[in-house]
Formats: sequence, structure tokens, C-alpha cells
Amino acid sequence: MWKAKIQVTLKKSVLDPQGVAVEKALKTLNYSNVGDVRVGKYLEVSVDGKDREEVEGQIRDMCDRLLTNPVIEDYTFEVTEV
Amino acid sequence: MKFGVVVFPGSNCDLDAYHTVKDVMNQQVEYLWHKEKDLKGTDCVILPGGFTYGDYLRPGAIASLSPVVESIIKFAREGGLVLGICNGFQVLTEADLLPGALYLNLSLQFRCVFTHLLVENSQTPYTKLAGNKVLKIPVAHGDGNYYADPETLKRLEKENRIVFRYCTPEGEITRESNPNGSLANIAGICNEEGNVLGMMPHPERAGEEILGSSDGKIIFDSILEFWGEKR
Amino acid sequence: MKQEMWRQLGLNDKEYQMILEILGREPNYVELSMYSVMWSEHCSYKNSKRVLKMFPTENERTLLGPGENAGIVDIGEGLAVAFKIESHNHPSAIEPYQGAATGVGGIIRDIFTMGARPIALLNSLRFGSLKEDRVKWLFSGVVSGIAGYGNCIGIPTVGGEVYFDESYEGNPLVNAMCVGIMEHEKISLGRAKGEGNSVLLVGARTGRDGIHGVTFASEELGEESEEKRPAVQVGDPFMEKLLVEACLELIEMGVVVGIQDLGGAGLTCATSEMSSRGGTGMDIDVSLVPLREEGMDPFEIMISESQERMLLVVEKDKEETVKKVFDKWELTASVIGKVTGDGMVRVRDKGRLVAEVPARSLAEEAPVYCPEMRFPSYLEKVSPLSLEDIPEPREAEEVFLKMITSPNIASKEWVYRQYDHMVRTCTVILPGSDAALLRIRGTDKGIAMTTDGNGRYVYLDPYLGGMIAVAEAARNLSCSGAEPLAVTDCLNFGNPEKPEVFWQFYKTVEGMSQACREFNTPVIGGNVSFYNETAKGAIFPTPIVGMVGLLENIEQRCTAGYKKEGDIIFLVGEGEPAPGGSEYLKHIHGLLKGSPPQLDFQREKKLQSFLREAVKAGLLSSAHDLSEGGLGVALAEGCFSGNLGIKVELSMEGSLRWDILLFGEVQSQALVTLDPQFKEKITRLAKEKGVPLKEIGFVGGKNYKVEVRSQEMNRTINLPLEEIKDKWRGAIECLVEL
Repeated sequence: MWKAKIQVTLKKSVLDPQGVAVEKALKTLNYSNVGDVRVGKYLEVSVDGKDREEVEGQIRDMCDRLLTNPVIEDYTFEVTEV
Repeated sequence: MKFGVVVFPGSNCDLDAYHTVKDVMNQQVEYLWHKEKDLKGTDCVILPGGFTYGDYLRPGAIASLSPVVESIIKFAREGGLVLGICNGFQVLTEADLLPGALYLNLSLQFRCVFTHLLVENSQTPYTKLAGNKVLKIPVAHGDGNYYADPETLKRLEKENRIVFRYCTPEGEITRESNPNGSLANIAGICNEEGNVLGMMPHPERAGEEILGSSDGKIIFDSILEFWGEKR
Repeated sequence: MKQEMWRQLGLNDKEYQMILEILGREPNYVELSMYSVMWSEHCSYKNSKRVLKMFPTENERTLLGPGENAGIVDIGEGLAVAFKIESHNHPSAIEPYQGAATGVGGIIRDIFTMGARPIALLNSLRFGSLKEDRVKWLFSGVVSGIAGYGNCIGIPTVGGEVYFDESYEGNPLVNAMCVGIMEHEKISLGRAKGEGNSVLLVGARTGRDGIHGVTFASEELGEESEEKRPAVQVGDPFMEKLLVEACLELIEMGVVVGIQDLGGAGLTCATSEMSSRGGTGMDIDVSLVPLREEGMDPFEIMISESQERMLLVVEKDKEETVKKVFDKWELTASVIGKVTGDGMVRVRDKGRLVAEVPARSLAEEAPVYCPEMRFPSYLEKVSPLSLEDIPEPREAEEVFLKMITSPNIASKEWVYRQYDHMVRTCTVILPGSDAALLRIRGTDKGIAMTTDGNGRYVYLDPYLGGMIAVAEAARNLSCSGAEPLAVTDCLNFGNPEKPEVFWQFYKTVEGMSQACREFNTPVIGGNVSFYNETAKGAIFPTPIVGMVGLLENIEQRCTAGYKKEGDIIFLVGEGEPAPGGSEYLKHIHGLLKGSPPQLDFQREKKLQSFLREAVKAGLLSSAHDLSEGGLGVALAEGCFSGNLGIKVELSMEGSLRWDILLFGEVQSQALVTLDPQFKEKITRLAKEKGVPLKEIGFVGGKNYKVEVRSQEMNRTINLPLEEIKDKWRGAIECLVEL
């Protein structure tokens, strides 16, 4: 069994209204040194598969087809054997 | 003319679209269940507003994979009329029938307000009778912020596919008149052929004066006009 | 059993004795847990039950009064409306988004349980001062929670109110109301009838949400307790939307014998109440309950408050029909037991009996108390108020601007634009007027609805304040043209074990009951929320009145905004504005004192009848009652909604001061505007009804211009509408969003 941890964020070129709001809030808490806040989402998927390569391929497929919208989102993931 | 209103789990403006077509426009209408592939001889498919699958993951993402959408994609490629309203617009972008994406409003909040729309293209089946008018039609959404990459936007502009833009009652495109931060004040776009239209505002909520505006009826009247000419 | 065991579960020694007598033995832990939740104030109304008996509960229109999940009122043509209001104050104080969202979810379930299609939501909210950061967080969280749930499920949030006062700091009030519509024959009840019928649990899986913290202090739980911390209930509006559709489809098919939602006290409450009402019992097995978490104890399953679940009773051979409908909506329905004939609720775990108690003893035979009452000492301090306590301001315009930007008076657009108030395309009067109005498809009818309750008035005079809450709701409906039908109430008070709080409660209910009789608006259901206290003491006693009214012809309706230039403005009704308990006194002078405005039922009823008839006859362009902020504010509100200016001249009589004339508060008065051609007709109607009518100005121009004159002085407020409207609209956003 494998566990995939997937992180989805808005593309750099897409304005992130949540990120902007969080950054503003952090600054009002006097964290004047922060910048570039991006808010994204995190998904966990358990997958049954014979090897890492197969599982990673499947996860990439899932991300492209459903888990993310490539028009506005980027993703990264990490697969570990459990 | 026969309309079909798609019902997904979580659709909630299906009733409103049904009512407008049946009681205001006096046309035939049937519900189309998301699991069925049969479009029941529909001439125009309406993807209504709502929160399909609770808007979980992304609005419209899960619904865009339904059996009925598969048939709708085919229907659209053959030139069938497909109107996506609000969540229906989101389903259309997720299904790649329309370019771009709709995401979180700039205000981070849901907005339910009357907006004014400048009709930028009155050559589509949906806007034939709306030539350069300003329509008063409400929006109600949390994810109506339209985004497309610069090339796509350029192409939309060039091909005159931006059908509606948010504007002031006088027809000026201003930042204040934009309820969601949408790129270039985009409220609705169509595909290359013009038979598929997606719009965030709800024309079915503005079909009768008692609801505060009947401007939405112009869109349905246009569809009937187009259909009459075509036949 | 050790004493601390029942005490930790919130039962006192006497109550434990009662349980021993009922069972004739010691209860086990599952049974004790069941008694503790069912005998809590929340489920049993043990402190309030006797007092609530004062309310009138029926008239010629009521089809179902209190006792079920919601009351039902006939509106003619075979149709009825079901409605109810409920509090979710404490959950919202901890987690505002989910607290408010699950409050909305709960009240919606109460309505479709009855077989009614939910068509509208309203919310009555109270918060501390918006200057506090935590209050801003609570306020924004609650509003987005209500929006998140209501918008997703597709039921329009059409009205309500929001007020701010330091008294609610740390203990906000979140009262949610739902209205549904149904055909008479579709009424379904929460009753388990028919021995041998199947009991099904449908909807969401059961987890550890909402299990009360005290339960976990028990020594039986040992080391895992940390992991079993009580969790905040999380709402899933998508699941509930499916549940609404599936349940209404089943009710439509006529296969439902009994149905009840799972709210507070979860399965314990639903099984015992349904059995008790049906005169039956139930035998269920918790191992058949679909769980979300592993290793849940039977007592946890019995008292879990996981949301979006319903309990159904159907005939044995209808199980498959139910499952088919739930399959269609991608929901699970599990048979968990059957109806029995001996009045006992039996709970098993894989067949092994883990609890066996008489249903009635849980549901109806909870102890009833008569808490002690005492006249509150604070009333002696706050009652006297003399004009000398109120320095006369110099600048009228400055005072006016301060008044319209007070969060209690400023536009609530920041709130309601986050709510979908139009979905279902029936909302005819949108938020912002005196009452919301919805059309009833397939008829000419409309139903109007409102919530009202001025905590400040009730604090200063509970009896009078209670009466005013009802009168004001009825007046708001009458302004729209609707005839008041019935009331649902949510009574928010402090700790009832404090004699002064209980006195407030008693007097308030007495006043409300009196008014409900006067207006022929019985209380058909509602909710009591006690223990609304913070370190600083109890909140203002705050009864919220939710009232629904009927408009036979929706075309004969009226709103608060001015409609056209040249219309005449009349002040209707008798009354003397006074400063006691007013927003003016609090906001401008920082005083909480005096007596609320006097209420004369005869005057009030004459005014309301006049308003309804004038609307029906089509004489009025607008109608708006005088409430917080008095005449000066009411005049401005008509401008704001209608985008039209006014010119008004007021003459001062007797010893009345200009500031009191403009901003003092009063009952039984309203502003109406009309086309000059109707002047004669309206004068005749007013005479007939015995209502005084005073022409005070006309609609027109781009300014709010109000002049107050006497022989000695004159004060004028003359400000551009555009400028003051921006201030009024933006005031709340300005405070919340920095």
C-alpha cells in the first residue's frame, strides 16, 4: 500500500485572494517580514499498486484529470510506502 | 421548442430554470438526471446553478465527469444549444467546453446582488434580441472570478466571445461594477461556434417583474427567436 | 454507582433517585448517559415548561401546535406553512462558522421532517460591540457559516436582524428560523406507530461529534479519553440537500409512518420521543449504526450529535422502497431496529442488551422545576430617567450622521449580500424592508415573515419588552400588507437558577402571551436557550419573535422605500416619542436607562388594521414602521431603499425636545407615502379606523431635508442623499474589514 500526499496551489500567475488576505492579516499582527503568502489545499490518497513508478503515474493522472484544474492550479506530490 | 434542465446531486436552481422555461416562456421542459445519457430529444440543454457535489474539490469538477455531461459534450460538438448558468458555467469550464476557469471571488465572500451586464456580442443564439443593451440580472456565487491565461483572453477578445461584461447601470465597465474580481469584467463567454454559453449571472431569476427585473427573459426570447429562424 | 458519576453527567442527587425509582434498579452507564442528555434543560425544558404554558397555542388556523418538530398553520387552498426558530448560541461562541452552519442545518431538518418543503430561512443575531476584534471574528464567522450552509442547500435566507451590544460579548446569539410549505395531507409526524414496523437510520454516518464534555471526565474512560475529546459538530449542507430530496420523495410516496431528525441528544432523543408520542417502544441495535470512527462505545452512539441524520419508521415491507430512494440520492439507509408495543426503549450491541428504559420516562416524564424568582435590583437603578440626564446636543446634522452609522441602524447589506436570498425565485420582497415576502407558486398568495426582539427594552422592562417584541413583529408584517398568522419564539436568557434571571423570563413570557392573545397569533413552537452568561453576567433577556403572515393577493403588497417624487408623506398613529431605552440614548449619550415606549393594544391594532387595508386598497406607495432610531431614522430609511430625497417639516408641541422628537422611540406609529390623488381616500380610511394622520412633507429632491420648528427655535438637517447613503451602507463593512 502507498500513500500519496498531494499539495495543490494556485499558479504563480493567478492572483490568490486568500493568500493576499492572509498576508494582510499577518502584517497586522506585526509580522512585517512576511511576503508571497499562497493558500492551497492538501489531499491524501491511499493507493494499492505494485511499484512506485506505477503509483506515481496514477497519481499524476488523477491530478490532471480531477484533483486539480491545470488552468489555474499547480501541484506537487510525494508518495511513500506504508 | 424543448428544453432539458440537468439535475446533479446538489443542483438547486434546477427548479428556477424549469419554472422560467415552462411558466414564463410556455415551452416544453424536462429534467435530465445526471446518471442518464439520454437527452430526451432536447433542443437546448440548461446546466443550472447550485452546488453540485457540495462544491467539494472545485465547483463543477465532480459533476463534469457525470454520464449526462458526456452526452452534453457530444451534443455541443454537433452544434446543440448548451446554456450553463452559474454552477453550470463552472461545469462547462471543468468539462473543457469553455476555456478558462472560475475561482474564488476576490472578496473571499459569496455575493448575491443585482448586477448590470453589457451585451458585447449580440450575434449569439442567446443574445440576438439583446443588441448592445444593458441587462439587469442578479448574481449569486462564491466562485465567479473568471480567469484565463493572457493568450486565451486575447483570443476570446479577438473572436468576440466575451458575451457579457459587468458594468454600471449606464453601461460603463468599471471596477466597482464587478462583483467578483473577474478578469476584464467577464460575466459570460461562448465557444467558437457560439452554441455553448456560460454565464455567472442568473437570467432565470430575472424573468418576471415581480422578482425585480424581467431582463433575463430577453435571453430566453433570443433562444426561441434563433430556434424559430433555424427551422 | 458513585455519586460523582451522575453529577459529572449533570444530574443532581434527586434526579438520580428518580431514575432509581423508575428503573427499580441502578442504571448502567449507557442508561445514565441517556437520562442525562434527555433530562438536560435543552431537551426537557424542565425549568421553563410551566411558564411556557402561559402562551396561547392555537386558533382557528393552527393545524399543529407545540410538541412536534415544528408547528403548522393553515393558509387556505389545502396548503399550510410549517415554521420554527431555534438557537445555536453556545456552539457559535466557540466555532462561529460551524456553530451557525449546523444551527441552520438543524432547523431545516425540523421543517422537512414535518413533510414541508423548506422555502425560506431567517436569522436573528446578537453580538458584542464591533470595536472588539473577537466580536468581528465571531460576526464574520457566523455570517459566513449561515451563508455556507443556506446557499449550498439552496434555501433562500430572506430576512432577520442583527444587533450589537456589549451585553452579548462572549455570548453571541444565533437564532435560525426556517419556513416550509406543504399540502395538508402531507403532514408527517415524529411518531413510532405499529408494532413490528422497521426503524431506519438514514443520512450521514455517526461519529463522536457533539458528545458533551462532561461525559469524558468519567473515570471509566481511562487513558484514551484525550483522543475522545468532544468534537465540534461539522455541517455538510450537500448531504442535507440530498436528505431533503430523499425524505420528501418518500413522504410524497406515502410510505413514511413516522419521521424525526436527530438533533440534540441524537439517537436517544429520536428513539424515545418517537416512541413516547406513538405510545410504543423501540428495540434497536447500535452495531447496525454506520459509524465514521472506529471503536465507539454504545453510549457514544446513543448520544452522538452528528449532523444530517434522520430516523424513519416504515412498514416492514417498505424497507426496500426506502433503500431504493436513498440509493438514487447516493445516501445510506440502515435498518437498526423495530417498533415494539411495550413502551420500552431497548438498546442492544450485537444483540446484547445494553440499555432498557421506559420511553416516556426519558421524553415526557423528566423532572419539572419551578425556579425561584426575585425582582431584579438593577431595575431600581435603571428605571428613572429625566430629561436632565440627557444634554441637548447642538448640532442636529452631527447627531443624525452618528445615528445612521450606528451598527444597529446602518445597512445590513454586508450581511445579506453574502446570503443567497433569491434562489427558488419566490422572494418578492428582498432583505432590507420591514418583512420579507415570498410568493406561493400556483396561487395568488404570498407569505410574509419577520423576526424581532429588542433585548434592551426587555432588560429595562421584561413584561413591556415582551409585549413589544410581538407587537413589532405584527406591525412589520402589516406594513407589507400581510395578516399575522402565528408565532415561533426563541427565548434567550441567562442562568434560570438565578432568581432575578428567572423573574425576567417569567415576566417576558407573560408579556408575550398577553400580546399573542391580543393579535390572535398563537405560539406554535419554539425554543428556550438558558445559561447565556459571561464573566460579566447574563446577556440582555432576549426573546426573539418569528412571525409569519398571509397575503391573500401578492399584488397587494407594500415595501418601505419611497417610490416616486411628489408623493405625500404621512405620519400615522398615535404616540409620543420618548428617550427611554432608545438607540439614541445609548449611542449618543452612552445611557441604558428609562422605560421602553408605552404600548397600547387598541392603538396598535387600529394602526395595523389601517395599514393592511390601505395596502390592500392600493393607496400606499410605501409603508414603514417607526422603530430603533425613531422618526428621524425611519424617514431616512425610506430614502435609502427608494433612492429618493424628501422635504419634511415637523412642528414641535408642548415640552418635547427636537432631539427626542427626531430620535426618541415610540410604538404604534408608521410612515406612509402616497400619490396626492389618494389623499382624500386615505383620510377617510384613517377616520374610519380611528387612526390619526399627519401630513409632514413630500418625496422629492436629492437631499434628506428635515426641519423641526417651534416658536422658539428651529433645527434643520439638510444633507445630500448620496453622501449619507454611502455612510449608512458602508458603516458595518468599515468596522468589520478594517
